[in-house]
Amino acid sequence: MWRGVIAALGVAALGSSIAACGDSDSSSGPVTLNWFIFNEPSGAPQKIAKRCSEQSNGAYRINFEYLPSQADQQREQLVRRLGAEDSSLDLLGMDVVWTGEFANAGWLKPVPASTAKAVSENVFDSVLQTARFKDRLYTVPIWSNTTLLWYRKDRAPKPPKTFDEMIDMAEKLGPEKGRFQLQANRYEGLVVLVNQLIESAGTSVLAGPTQMKLDKAPTERALSILGRLSNSSAAPPNVSTSTEDTARLGFEGGDSTFMINYPFVYPSAKENAPDVFKVMAAAKFPQVDADKPSKPPIGGINLGVSAFSKHPEEAFAATECLIKPENQLEVAKLGGLPPVRSDVYDQPEIDKIYPGFADVVRDSIQSAAPRPSQSPAYQDLSLAIQRALHPTTKIDARNPTPAYDKLRDYVEKAIKREGLL
Amino acid sequence: MTAVAASKAKRGPISDKTKAERKLAYMLVAPAIVAMLLVTVYPILYAIALSLQKVDLRFPQESGFVGLDNYTAVLTSDLWWQGVGNTALIAVISVAIELVLGMGLALIMHKALFGRGVVRTATLIPYGIVTVVAAFAWFFAFDPSSGFVNNLPFIADDKAWFGSHNSSLAVIIMAEVWKTTPFMALLLLAGLATIDEGLYEAARVDGATAVQRFFKITLPLLKPALLVALLFRTLDAFRVFDSIFVMTRGSQDTESVSILGYNQLISRLNLGLGSAVSVLIFVLVLGIAFIFVRLLGTSTPAGQGER
Repeated sequence: MWRGVIAALGVAALGSSIAACGDSDSSSGPVTLNWFIFNEPSGAPQKIAKRCSEQSNGAYRINFEYLPSQADQQREQLVRRLGAEDSSLDLLGMDVVWTGEFANAGWLKPVPASTAKAVSENVFDSVLQTARFKDRLYTVPIWSNTTLLWYRKDRAPKPPKTFDEMIDMAEKLGPEKGRFQLQANRYEGLVVLVNQLIESAGTSVLAGPTQMKLDKAPTERALSILGRLSNSSAAPPNVSTSTEDTARLGFEGGDSTFMINYPFVYPSAKENAPDVFKVMAAAKFPQVDADKPSKPPIGGINLGVSAFSKHPEEAFAATECLIKPENQLEVAKLGGLPPVRSDVYDQPEIDKIYPGFADVVRDSIQSAAPRPSQSPAYQDLSLAIQRALHPTTKIDARNPTPAYDKLRDYVEKAIKREGLL
Repeated sequence: MTAVAASKAKRGPISDKTKAERKLAYMLVAPAIVAMLLVTVYPILYAIALSLQKVDLRFPQESGFVGLDNYTAVLTSDLWWQGVGNTALIAVISVAIELVLGMGLALIMHKALFGRGVVRTATLIPYGIVTVVAAFAWFFAFDPSSGFVNNLPFIADDKAWFGSHNSSLAVIIMAEVWKTTPFMALLLLAGLATIDEGLYEAARVDGATAVQRFFKITLPLLKPALLVALLFRTLDAFRVFDSIFVMTRGSQDTESVSILGYNQLISRLNLGLGSAVSVLIFVLVLGIAFIFVRLLGTSTPAGQGER
C-alpha cells in the first residue's frame, strides 16, 4: 500500500510538472485558470464558468479539473498537489471546513481587500465565518448548504420542535411507520451531527483556534440526546453506519417519518418515491432544549486561490464573477445548491427551487453554526470526535458523563496534535 | 535457487571464463540494482529521516528534529497496539483458512481428469479481480439495505454486519480469503507439480493409503512451496488495507496498521508521525520475512536432497 501511495504521489508530481510545462504563458490570449472541484452532477459550475470566461473579455478562460465526489478524497488530492507546490492549480473548490488548515499551511492567497468587499456583500455572516482564518478572508463562498428536518405531513401534522419531541412522536408511531433517519457512521457526517447538537445546547467545541470549550452541562445534554437518538426503538437499524445516502434510501423506503438531511433529498424523492414526495415537508433542524434556538449545520463550497497560482489576479477576478447574484441563482436553479447571499432569496425563482421551504433554508443558513474549522488542525479534531463517540449506540442517555470525559480527552489531544488518531 | 547455484560455484576453482561471466553478470544486474536503489532504498531512508522529525504539512513553521518522539508517541498509543492486534488476527486467521482451502483447490486442480484449463481458470478468477472492487462487492452483499446476505435463511433481516467489531472483522476476513485463496492454491499447485509420481506409485505398491500418502509424501515434499506461499500471503495479509478502507474505514475498531499509517500521513498530513508508523510496519514485515526465511533455509536442503 505504501508503494501505491508513493507511486501515486510520484505520478501526481510528474503529471503536474508536465501540465506546468505545457501551460507556460503565451504572451497573448486569455490565461487558463484551472479550477479543481468535484464534478457537480448538475453542471452548474461549468455553466457559470463559461459565462464568466466569456464576460472576461479574453482575460481568462476557466478549465475544469475534476476531483472525486467524496469530500475527504477531494481534500487528499488537493493537499498532495499543494504540498508539492503545484503551480497548475488556480481555483480550488474547497469544503467549508478546510479554510483554517489550508490558510495556515500557506497554500492560499488571502483575498485582496477590493475583492473581499465585493464578495462579502450581503453574504450571511455564518457563511463568511467559514471563509475566514484569524480575522482575514482567505476564501470566497460560492454556494452554501444546510440540513433540514424532513417529515411526512400525513403522519406528523406538525413538525416537532425539539429532538425529544421528535423521538416521542417517532416511538409512538412505531418502527413500521415512525423511524427517523440521520447520519452517525464514523465519518464527517457524525461530526456535523455532534457539533450541531453541542452548538444547539449552547456551547462550542472550541473557544479559539487552539482552545477547547465544551462546557460540561450543555455538552452532556447534547450527548444525552445523541445517546437517546441512537438507542431509540425508532432509530434506523443501521444507525452506526448511517450516512446521507442510507438516510435518504430509508426515508424513500416509506417506514420513516423523520429525517435530518440536505435538500438534495427533495428532488431525489420526486424521482424515486413519488408517494413519499407528495407528503414530504421540511422544517428547521430540531432544538436540543425548548428554550434555546437550534443551530443548523453549514456546508457548501468556498473558492480558494492557490498560493502557487501564476495568475492570482485573474483568479480573484473570476471569483468575483462566479459569485454574482445571477450566477448564484443559476447554481440554485440547476443544482439546488443554496445561495450564500441573503438578497438572492428575495428572487421569485427561489420559491420554485425550494417549494414551500425557501424560508426554512434561508433561516437555517442564517442561524447556522460552523464546525470548529477555525482550527488549522480541524482534520485531527474531526477524527478525534468520530473516534470518541462512534458508535453512538454506546452513549448512555441517562449517564453521558463517560462519553463526555472521553470526548474532552480526545479533543484536547487533537488540539495539541498529540499521538495517533 | 540462485543462492544455491552461487554457493556451489564458489566451491570450485575460478577460471578466467567464470570470472568474465561474473563480470558480465554484474553488468547485467547493475541497472536493476540502480533502479531498486532509487525506487526503494531512497524512499525508505527518506521515511526514516522524516520519522525522526516533527513534520506536519499544515504547520510548516513547526518543523524540527525530535529524535525518537514520534516512535514513543506511536508505541505508547493504544491505537497502535490495537492495530497490530487486528492486523495479526486478520493475517493469522485468513492465512490459516487460505492454506486449508488453497491446499484442497490445489489438489483438485492437480488431479482434475478433464477440463483442467477450465477448472484452473475458474479458480483463479477471484484473484484477478481488483481488491477494491472485490471489497465493494462484499460490502454491498453484506449491507443490510442493498445486500442479499440478510435475505438468506437463518440470518436476521436487520443484522448490521458492519455495526460491530466481530462481524465486521469476519466479513473482512471472508473477503480476504475469497480474494487470495487462488493465489495460495496456485503456489501449492506449482509445488505439487514438482513431486515425482514414482514416489506415489512406490507407496501404493507398499500398501500406503491415500491419507498416508498425503501426510508422508505430499506434505513433506511440499514444505518449501508451502513456506514460500505462507511467506507471501502472511506479508500480504499484514499490509491489509483495501478491504478495511472500503468496508469500515476502520470504524468498530477494525483498523489495521496500514489504515493507521494512512490516517496519519494522508488525512492528518502529519508526515513525521506517519513515517514512524510506516517504519514500524516495515520493521514488523522484515521480522516476519526473517522468521520465514530462517524456516525456509532449514527446509530447502532436505527438499533438495531427496530429489
